[in-house]
Amino acid sequence: MSAIANATVAHDHHDDHGHHHKETFITKYIFSQDHKMIGKQFLITGLIMGAIGILMSILFRIQLAWPEEASWVFELFLGDKYATDGVMNPDAYLALVTIHGTIMVFFVLTAGLSGTFSNLLIPLQIGARDMASGFMNMLSYWIFFLSSVIMLSSLFVESGPASAGWTIYPPLSALPEAIPGSGTGMTLWLIAMALFIAQSLMGSLNYIVTVINLRTEGMSMTRLPLTIWALFVTAIIGVVSFPVLLSAALMLIMDRSFGTSFFLSDIYIKGEVLAHQGGSPVLFEHLFWFLGHPEVYIVILPAMGLVSEVMAANSRKPIFGYRAMIASILAIAFLSTIVWGHHMFVSGMNPFLGSVFTFTTLLIAIPSAVKAFNWITTLWKGNLQMNTGMLFSIGFVSTFITGGLTGIILGDSTLDINVHDTYFVIAHFHLVMGISALYGLFAGVYHWFPKMFGRMMNKKLGFVHFWITIIGSYGVFFPMHFIGLAGLPRRYYTNTNFPYFDDLADVNVLITVFAIITALVQLVFIYNFIHSIFFGKRATQNPWNANTLEWTTPVEHVHGNWPGAIPSVYRWSYDYSKLNNDETDYVIPGQDFIPQNVPLQENEEEMNH
Amino acid sequence: MTVFLIIVVIALLGVTFWQMSKILNLSKSGHEDASQIANDNDNKNQAYIMFGFVIALYMFMFYSFVEWGDLYLPEAASEHGADYDKLMFISVALIMTVQLITQFLLFFFAYKYRGVKGKKALFYADNDKLEFIWTIIPVIVLAGLIIYGLFTWSDIMNIDEDEDTLVVEIYAYQFGWKARYAGEDNTLGQANVRFIQGTNTVGLDESDGYGMDDKITTELHLPVDRPVLFKFRSQDVLHSAYFPFFRAQMNVVPGMVTQFSFTPTITTEKMRTSEFMVEKVDELNRIRKERSKELEAKGDVALDPYEFEYYLLCNKICGISHFNMQMKIVVEEEQEFNSWISEQGTFGETLKKEEE
Repeated sequence: MSAIANATVAHDHHDDHGHHHKETFITKYIFSQDHKMIGKQFLITGLIMGAIGILMSILFRIQLAWPEEASWVFELFLGDKYATDGVMNPDAYLALVTIHGTIMVFFVLTAGLSGTFSNLLIPLQIGARDMASGFMNMLSYWIFFLSSVIMLSSLFVESGPASAGWTIYPPLSALPEAIPGSGTGMTLWLIAMALFIAQSLMGSLNYIVTVINLRTEGMSMTRLPLTIWALFVTAIIGVVSFPVLLSAALMLIMDRSFGTSFFLSDIYIKGEVLAHQGGSPVLFEHLFWFLGHPEVYIVILPAMGLVSEVMAANSRKPIFGYRAMIASILAIAFLSTIVWGHHMFVSGMNPFLGSVFTFTTLLIAIPSAVKAFNWITTLWKGNLQMNTGMLFSIGFVSTFITGGLTGIILGDSTLDINVHDTYFVIAHFHLVMGISALYGLFAGVYHWFPKMFGRMMNKKLGFVHFWITIIGSYGVFFPMHFIGLAGLPRRYYTNTNFPYFDDLADVNVLITVFAIITALVQLVFIYNFIHSIFFGKRATQNPWNANTLEWTTPVEHVHGNWPGAIPSVYRWSYDYSKLNNDETDYVIPGQDFIPQNVPLQENEEEMNH
Repeated sequence: MTVFLIIVVIALLGVTFWQMSKILNLSKSGHEDASQIANDNDNKNQAYIMFGFVIALYMFMFYSFVEWGDLYLPEAASEHGADYDKLMFISVALIMTVQLITQFLLFFFAYKYRGVKGKKALFYADNDKLEFIWTIIPVIVLAGLIIYGLFTWSDIMNIDEDEDTLVVEIYAYQFGWKARYAGEDNTLGQANVRFIQGTNTVGLDESDGYGMDDKITTELHLPVDRPVLFKFRSQDVLHSAYFPFFRAQMNVVPGMVTQFSFTPTITTEKMRTSEFMVEKVDELNRIRKERSKELEAKGDVALDPYEFEYYLLCNKICGISHFNMQMKIVVEEEQEFNSWISEQGTFGETLKKEEE
């Protein structure tokens, strides 16, 4: 290995200055510019937001299972204003579903997932000292933090938080006369989201520049771990689509406050005709979903990348079809920007457009199917190490398939007619993007916890967490398909006004019970997470015997990642269980993995990577 | 049923906590392997649970279809609905086949190839042929589905309006629906929210002669087997007109008129007496009776027995009472429809009454 160090030491001098800085508590833990610390900040903020989002879902699930019944839970969390005499009010219900959606999609699964792992892994896995711009990276986190605070503060305003659904379709979201939440609450929602988009762009541009420019010697694009490919492409999608949401938000702000009519026309409300004329809510839907659909890939691609990496390392096998995996990431990314219309089949847009969007949407099933088959083949004839990260990776593939398949129904304009906006949709997207992305997040946390905190998480608690979570989440979302097929609309405060739905009450109770159990078992994770940070078993440098560069850094974090020279890279990251030319032993005798910084050995066949 | 489920679930929860406390105790004792990296024993245990899980998942899916399969809506009550249901059935059969195969492979491999110390994994990085096969198979299957779906879609969405077509406007507002029939001339009068005033609640243009014979109702009556063209108009925010029994839905957008057309094929009366609906309504009334007992015990009013009616409901979040925005739909024979519609007053008559 000394030969490698010598080879790279020359160009490395100028990177060393970081070590001499004196770090205070504030520069180290709060306004840190170190990507590892920023990654942790994103993770912890994301987890806190996640806890709030999940708690909200439990509250409205209780209402759905036992409609209009008083509960001490509501009194405790909603207070008298939103739960008069302990019974949840309809406006509280709508506010909860709206903020639950917003928090989970943006604050947990976008910032918490890609924010955490892009920051942590991009420099470590490509062999860079830090992000291209540490300052912008820090700014990105603090704007995210501010955005989170504003979003949460909207829960406490007099007229209530935004409650027009997370898709905030105008005119409902534009007119405080239409729903109380569209007053101050909606204003705060829009401000928080504008800031969120700003932080997302800062982060994404940073990730893109870092991956393009700061790869270490030998780290060609076809040697990058799939995590980096996924995070890189995610950042590109973010840069392409988030600005469009910003434009939609700005126009909505103008309609709300400055009398413009981008989205409003012919409205009579509370006994008065509004002056707005000529706008169209359908325009907003186009703009929203131009981000909204890529957004689900912004959520799922990082999870796919993490899962690919964790699965290969724990299968002790190369990921099957590395190039096909990259191609499918690129195909998904491209297609994701031209399918938004499948959210709008019955919006009143031209039916011909519906045909086009059906075509492009069902095309996405092809790269997705390739990925699923490749993951399954990766397991085939492996030597599977059932670490918690691996369990969640297998769970990810399972829920991704279950949820993805129903996309074939929803993506078909014809079939969408009758299941649009029913619980069938809820079941579909929670499985394919909510639960799957969360599994990706968990897989990532369990796998890279030793890298983040230098300690190991408890595996037995991890097993408990995984199994109850997977049983619970299937228990929540599988039955939802059936109540959706019964024609039950989403976002109904109670279904009791339709006697035809009376026989769905049992299913709703079952779903809620599963939801409560699944939410409670997350406490096991939280306990394990916090306890392990302080008291976990100390990690070794490369606990999972993985090939990627982050495991060549010391357990104790140093500014600049590697105390000496940056390692050079000589191979792809998936040389697990590679045999020598005589097939007598592994290439490195007795060791079933070859880290990326190990040069080509004698008696080893050179691959294309 | 519910009580039983809750008991089972609570029991499972109890087992969980018991197991967890055991695990915590075990992990505290700090003996032999404390590395927190899965060892052969973990690999074996987890692999067995994987296998058990896939069996449980299969059983749960099977149970779901048996127990909740009949929650699916009854036979479609519209002409295109039959095609819709056929396409739905084909798609569900297809995805369940793929689901059963892939989930089995996934968890079976997880079980079969569990890690054992010293075992060698197969270095297997690529196989172009395999990847080609599983790219091309989805391509072919999806091409079939797309083509089939698109034919059905254009059948549904391409509206051929002829003299026989009944034109009805569905008017949505927070939180209710109105229907406007075109009257004798079968032409809807011009309308805009700016004309709303007094009894002119849907904003008809009073200077437009076509509007005078329009009839505005709070129930939607449709003659069976006659094509209906719906024109949707909203007064305030987005709504969605969802006709689940007719496999029809269209958003109602303020500022524009959207449309959807279908031909109802089953009268309310016939649907009520269908085997499916008789059973369903019996079950619903059994549930309602049970709930009434609970309500009466609390001193509340009991629930009315239920009789099946078609309904139109709002399926796009539209405000506080979104959950109760519905309109009754009656599908009846042509002559019943005619006698009903002749009883409804025209817009012109309403205006006159107001002037008096």
